[in-house]
Amino acid sequence: MAKTTILEFRAKKPDPTIAICARHDDRPDALLEILHDLQDDVGHVPEASLPLIAKALNLSRAEVYGVVTFYHDYHMKPQARHVIKICAAEACQSMGSRALIALAEKLTRGKKVKIEKTYCLGLCAQSPSMMVNGKVMARVDAKKFKSVLAGLT
Amino acid sequence: MIKIYIPRDSSAKAVGADALAEAIANHAKAKKISIQIIRNSSRGLAFAETFVEVETPKGRVGYGPVDVKDVKGLFASGFHEGRKHKLCHGLVEQIPYLKNQERLTFARAGITDPVSLTDYTAHGGFEGLRKALTIIGADIVKEVTDSGLRGRGGAAFPTGIKWKTVHDAKSDQKYICCNADEGDSGTFADRMVMEGDPFMLIEGMTIAGIAVGASKGYVYIRSEYPDAIATMKDAIGIATADNWLGDHIQHTDKSFSLEVRRGAGAYICGEETAMLESLEGKRGMVRPKPPIPALEGLFGKPTVINNVLSFAAVPFILAKGSKAYADFGMGRSRGTLPFQLAGNIKRGGLVEKAFGVSIRTLINDFGGGTATGKKFRAAQIGGPLGSYVSAEQLDLVMDYETMAANGAMVGHGGIVVFDTTVDMAAQARFAMEFCAIESCGKCTPCRIGSTRGLEVIDKITANDNRSENLQLLEDLCQTMTDGSLCAMGGLTPMPVMSAVKLFPEDFGMKKQSKKAAE
Repeated sequence: MAKTTILEFRAKKPDPTIAICARHDDRPDALLEILHDLQDDVGHVPEASLPLIAKALNLSRAEVYGVVTFYHDYHMKPQARHVIKICAAEACQSMGSRALIALAEKLTRGKKVKIEKTYCLGLCAQSPSMMVNGKVMARVDAKKFKSVLAGLT
Repeated sequence: MIKIYIPRDSSAKAVGADALAEAIANHAKAKKISIQIIRNSSRGLAFAETFVEVETPKGRVGYGPVDVKDVKGLFASGFHEGRKHKLCHGLVEQIPYLKNQERLTFARAGITDPVSLTDYTAHGGFEGLRKALTIIGADIVKEVTDSGLRGRGGAAFPTGIKWKTVHDAKSDQKYICCNADEGDSGTFADRMVMEGDPFMLIEGMTIAGIAVGASKGYVYIRSEYPDAIATMKDAIGIATADNWLGDHIQHTDKSFSLEVRRGAGAYICGEETAMLESLEGKRGMVRPKPPIPALEGLFGKPTVINNVLSFAAVPFILAKGSKAYADFGMGRSRGTLPFQLAGNIKRGGLVEKAFGVSIRTLINDFGGGTATGKKFRAAQIGGPLGSYVSAEQLDLVMDYETMAANGAMVGHGGIVVFDTTVDMAAQARFAMEFCAIESCGKCTPCRIGSTRGLEVIDKITANDNRSENLQLLEDLCQTMTDGSLCAMGGLTPMPVMSAVKLFPEDFGMKKQSKKAAE
């Protein structure tokens, strides 16, 4: 009997933009929430989504673009697999975050990990602090940072 | 069944509380010890997180900071029966750090499960709202006015006057907005309220809604606070299901609904008008005032905008009366402020005290001095737009007027401590850099002044026409102070000029001798 080959056709994931806008009732005031949801889903805010959002919310494309580029959280390009946000504000500075950031940038050069500066994670009594893929960590020193980095694949 | 409390606050989770809870559960199971783990709010003893409490007949006994590796040893010493261990702090109520505070807003901190309505009502929750539901709006406003409560976000504007303006405005729709964009470094009290006692914020905002006749509220929470966002959303769902939010609250004719909105990493959205723009789905650009938001705020409607701590103070004021609140404090600063000890400090955490406490008491008696053990050099008070203070100023007391008279500010009550390794020129430079990064760009003094300021500071430290450039920096700061639309550009000169004045040696100048200064 001839061997059958099963070919799997994986359907391309449909663009979630329209559905996300609809989930927020196409409300223009919910634009930030819509962009957050889109970024959580896709990983970034694709340029192709901007006209779709603009149409759904009855805004101009420039208005949507203006919002995406104003806020630090939104990215229009795909991000690194891992993002580590290290607090660079005063409380963490007082506990050596400048040196920690320098070390982090050195250790992650050429790796799939992006180091970003953030300004306060609200853990100022346990500085320095950082956020690894959305999870907060406090009392971070070089040793702790290295062990966290080693755990990221 | 032994009750063991492990905080779910992010100050505990950030140092491994989730793994710890699992380790304790597993160890107890293996040893056949029957325990119940309750994920409570944090006491605010950040230095002792993860702070684990065990219920005993004498009261709760605390241990901390507990790490997963300590679990075996703790059980071996009988910590589950409240016995001694090197991490033991004794009876929690007797810990001096907590005992010496005046906790009105944070009365439930560490005691309750944040999302348990049963816990909340068992510890005085909704007493203020129950009262508010029985009186007219104008009387609620009067109670808040009489308490002397002033905006806890930093601007210290009398809350009652703001509410009265919105109350008296005629409109088909009014809004209540909570500014939970706590972006100031050194502050975390808002986060602790939202993660640890979310019903209190809901109660405070609902009282505001009833007082001024607003049926809709928004909590604008920064995206850097994912746990606060999740907890607030949960709590709003629970409160709505139990008819503490929504239509006909507790079968009265009052209705109020609440929605959480996430920020997106823009510091400027902590400025109230930029926050309104953001809530409307726009770029967070500052609006010129007037019109004031109390008359033309969200979607052009009369809007109460208060900080988390301002709303959080209201349930107590309604429940116990304005006098009970106003009895605390000094001068025109009534009540208590949850101070936040942060940065290079041995015992960092939340210290709620009546106004009038000295900086020295907070940093030394509560905080225990620097974390590194080196000498204290400077503290920044009131966030990144607050002044630096020197060792000579530690006896200043925390009261809005006293601080202002001395060129400093209370702000949101955050205190960031630095030891002698700090380079104050670098701190001044950072203040300008931060302003350049976070400026919304609407007004010139802030947008361009911050970048020019950064360059001028670099010239000063490089000894490039130092004295002329110092004069230039001073002029520039004056322009920013006088010409900026909001506090971002208007107050950035505070940390910059205080650093120059108090620590001239870090900018390559001679330190003024005390006599010359006099």
